[in-house]
Amino acid sequence: MDTFLQQFINGLSLGAIYALIALGYTMVYGVLRLINFAHGDVYMLGAFAGYYLANSLNLDANPSVLGAIVVTIGAMAIAAAIGIVIERFAYRPVRHHSRLTSLITAIGVSLLLEYGGQVVFGATPRFFPQMISSRTYSLGNVQITNQSLMIIVVAVIMMFGLEFIVHRTKIGKAMRAVSFNLPVARLMGINTDFVIAFTFALGSALAAVAGVLVALSIPRIDPLMGLMTGLKAFVAAVLGGIGSIPGAMLGGMLIGLMETWISATAYSTYRDAMAFAVLILILLFRPAGILGTSVTEKV
Amino acid sequence: MANPASALTKNEKMGSDPILRTRDVTMRFGGLTAVKSLTMTVPRQSLYGLIGPNGAGKTTVFNVLTGVYCPTEGEIEFDGTHIEKKKPYEITRLGAARTFQNIRLFADMTVLENVMTAHHLRSRQRLPDAVLGTGRHRAEEKETRERAMQLLTIFNLDKFANEAATSLPYGSQRRLEIARALATEPKLLLLDEPAAGMNPHEALDLMRLIRWLRDEMKLTILLVEHNMKVVMGICETIQVIDYGEEIAIGSPAEIQKNPKVIEAYLGGG
Amino acid sequence: MSLGRKLAVIAATVAGLLALNYVFEYGFGDFQINPYYARIINLIGINITLAVSLNLINGLTGQFSIGHAGFMAVGGYTATYLTVYHGRQIAALVGSTPTDPIGGSLVMVPSLLAGAAAAALAGLLVGIPSLRLKGDYLAIVTLGFSEIIRVIILNIPAVGGATGFTDAIPITNFFWIFSMAILTIVVTRNIALSTFGRALFAIRSDEIAAEAMGINTTRNKVMAFVVSAAFAGVAGGLSGQLFANPLNPQNLNFVKSIEVIVMIVLGGIGSITGAVLGATILTILPEALRTFDQQFPGLRMVIYALLLILLMIFRPQGLLGRREFTWAWLRPSKRRPVLG
Repeated sequence: MDTFLQQFINGLSLGAIYALIALGYTMVYGVLRLINFAHGDVYMLGAFAGYYLANSLNLDANPSVLGAIVVTIGAMAIAAAIGIVIERFAYRPVRHHSRLTSLITAIGVSLLLEYGGQVVFGATPRFFPQMISSRTYSLGNVQITNQSLMIIVVAVIMMFGLEFIVHRTKIGKAMRAVSFNLPVARLMGINTDFVIAFTFALGSALAAVAGVLVALSIPRIDPLMGLMTGLKAFVAAVLGGIGSIPGAMLGGMLIGLMETWISATAYSTYRDAMAFAVLILILLFRPAGILGTSVTEKV
Repeated sequence: MANPASALTKNEKMGSDPILRTRDVTMRFGGLTAVKSLTMTVPRQSLYGLIGPNGAGKTTVFNVLTGVYCPTEGEIEFDGTHIEKKKPYEITRLGAARTFQNIRLFADMTVLENVMTAHHLRSRQRLPDAVLGTGRHRAEEKETRERAMQLLTIFNLDKFANEAATSLPYGSQRRLEIARALATEPKLLLLDEPAAGMNPHEALDLMRLIRWLRDEMKLTILLVEHNMKVVMGICETIQVIDYGEEIAIGSPAEIQKNPKVIEAYLGGG
Repeated sequence: MSLGRKLAVIAATVAGLLALNYVFEYGFGDFQINPYYARIINLIGINITLAVSLNLINGLTGQFSIGHAGFMAVGGYTATYLTVYHGRQIAALVGSTPTDPIGGSLVMVPSLLAGAAAAALAGLLVGIPSLRLKGDYLAIVTLGFSEIIRVIILNIPAVGGATGFTDAIPITNFFWIFSMAILTIVVTRNIALSTFGRALFAIRSDEIAAEAMGINTTRNKVMAFVVSAAFAGVAGGLSGQLFANPLNPQNLNFVKSIEVIVMIVLGGIGSITGAVLGATILTILPEALRTFDQQFPGLRMVIYALLLILLMIFRPQGLLGRREFTWAWLRPSKRRPVLG
C-alpha cells in the first residue's frame, strides 16, 4: 500500500507536468485545429529561460521562494513572447494553406528550436540551480519531497487560473467562440488574430511553468528535453480529448500515473513506447478522447 | 387509373418485385430523429420522386439508402439483398449508384478520368497486372477509356474530355456526375437534387435525359428534388416526407391536391 | 510494348547498371571514382527509393504517413539479419562467400526479399487499423507505430540494440541500389497509370465520392500502404548493408521519416519526378554544407529547418508543383531507361 501511495504521488507530480504542457496543445488545437509540434520545445525554452534568470539572480547561492517566483514569472513572460513570435511568423502565413502544410511547418519550427537550441546553448546539458532548498516529508512510510508537492500545487493553481480566464473573462469567451467557429467569430467582431496570439501566449506560459517546475526536481536540462516530453504531453491531450481543457488536465494526470507505474515494472525500457501505445489505442477506439466530443462530416 | 409502371414490368420476371424496398427505416442521431419509420416500395424501371420541405430529411434518406449511415432501425432490401449493414462501395457494386447534393467530382482529375475511375468496380484487373503492364491491363484500359468516352458523348461532354472537371460550368458538372454514376453500370440511380442551380432550359434537358435513362438504359431512377416542375414533370410516383416522416404518396396529380402536402409546404407546423 | 521488347529493355538496363557498377568499384582505364562522391551517389539512390515509395501513399493516395522510418527499420533489420546469420550458408551454395561480389549479390536477393516481405507485413499490420483515420490523426498514429517499432528493436540484443547492427556484411553496391531505385520508380509509375492508381487518386480527391463509386477505400489504401512499406524495407536493407552505414534505432526515428517527407514535399507531393529531384537535392545539400558545418557546428541543421519553414510559407507545392498525377509527368526522364 505504501509503495502504491508513493508511486501515486510521483505519478501525480509527473502528471502535473504533462498536464501543464498538454493544456497548450489542446488550446491551440481548439482554436486553430493545428498540432503545434513546437510546443514541447517551448517548454524546453522556458526551462532555459528560467536557468539564465536563476543564474543571474544568483539563486544557487541564496535559494529563496521569492527568487523562484520571480524566475517563474520571468520564464513565463519570455515563453509567451516566443509563442507569439512563432505564431505570427511561422503559423499565420500558412493558416490558409492545407492542414498538412501547417503540420509540416510546425515540425519545421520544432526542428529549428531544437537545432537552434543546440547551437545557442550547446548540446551538453546544463544544471539548473536549486532555487528552493530541498526537504522531504514523511507520512508513515511514504516520502514526499517538497518539490513534488510544489509541482502539484503550482500546477493546480495554474489550472484554476486558466479555468478562470477561459470561463469568466471576456477574452476567454472570445477564445471559446473562436474554437467553435473561427470565421463566424470573426464576423461577430472578434479580433481573431489577437485571440489566437493570446492563446499561444497562454499555452506557452504554462509550458514554461512546467519547464521551471521540472527543473526543480530534475535539474538537468538540454535542448532536446522537449522532444519526448512534448510528444507524451500531446498524447495526454489526445487521451483527455483534444480541444478540451479539463481533458488535457485529466489526460496529463493519467499519462503521468501510467508512466510512473510502468517504470516500476520490468518493462521500464518500454516506457516511451507505452505513451505511443496509449495514443494508438485511443485513436482507434475512441478518437474523441475521454472528455472530447466527436464531429461527423456532412455528406 | 393506369399506372405507367405496371406496363413496363411485363418485361420483368413473374410477380414483379420492386427493385428497392424499405420497411420502417428510422435514423436517429443522438436525440434527433432525422428519418422516422420510412417505408418505400420502388418498382423496377420507375421514376420515383422524394420531396418535402427543406430539412425534411431527404438527403439523410439517401445517405441511409446508400450506406453512408447505418439505419438505427428498419430494413432495406435492394434487388433482393438486405443492405442495411452494407458499406457504400458494396451497395454500389450491387447496382445502386448515386450523385451528391453538393457536387463531389474528383477535382484534381479530368472529365474523362472522373468517368473512367467509376469503372473501377467492374474491372477484372489485379495488382500484378497493373504493375507488370500485362496485355490484360492494356486491353482493359482501352476498354475503360472507350466506354467512358461513349458515356461522355451521350451527355455531350466529350469535347471536354481532357479538361479539368471543375473547370466545367455548373450545369455540365451536374451532368458529369450523372455520367460518372452511370459508369458503375447501375440498375438504380439515386439523384440528389440533380436540377439544383439549373436554369429552366437546362432543367428541361435534364428531364429529357432522365426519361431517356429510364427508357433506353432500363434504369430505375429515384430522385430527391426541390424543383417542382421537374418532379411533377417526370416522376410517376412521388413520396412526400416532412421531419423524416411520410405524409403522402401517390401520383403527381394526387400529391398536388393532397391537403397535408399543401400544409407542409405552406406553413402550419 | 510487346513482351519481347520489354525483356530486351530490362536486359539492356541490367547490363548498363552492371557496367556502371564495374566502373564504380574498379574504375575505367585511368578514371577512378572519388569514394566520397561514390558514397553520395549511393545515398541518393537509396533516398530515391525511400522518397518514391513514400510518395505512393502520401502523394498519390493523399494519406499522410509519418511512419516510413519504421518500415525502413523492419525491412532493414530483417534483411541484415538474414545476411549476417545465414549469408554464409547461402553464398556457399555457389561456393562463394558474402564478401565476394558473386556471393554477395546472391545473398542480396533473399536478403532484400525478406526485408520487403517483413516490411510489407508491418505495413499491413499498421495500415489496417491506422488507415481508418484521416489527416492529423493518421499522421500521429503512424508516428506512434514507427516509434514503437524503434523501441522494440532497441531492446533486441541479437541485432545490436542501441549500438546498432554493426555486424552487418557490406553486400550493397551501386548495381543493387540503382536497380531497386529504378524498380521502385517503374512500379510506382505503373500503379499510377492503372485502374488501381486511379482509385487511389480518387481516394485522395474525395474519399466519400470514391466510396460511392464502388471503390473499397480501406482495401485500396492498405494495399498502397503495403507496397510503399515494402519498398521502404528494401531501402532499409540496402542502407544497412552499405559499407560503414550500420542500421541504428537512434537514426531510424521520426526525424528520419520527416526527412523523407521533406524530400517529396520539396519536389512536389504527388510527382514521381519531384520525389527523385527532392531526394537528390536533399542528399547533396547536407554534404555540400558540410564544410560550412565545420566552421559553424550545428548551423547546417538550423538552416535545414529554416528552409523547411520558408518552403511551406512561400512554395508549399514544392518545385514541380502539386500537379495532378497526369501522364505527362510520368513520361520517362532522359536520364534513365524506362520499361513498359
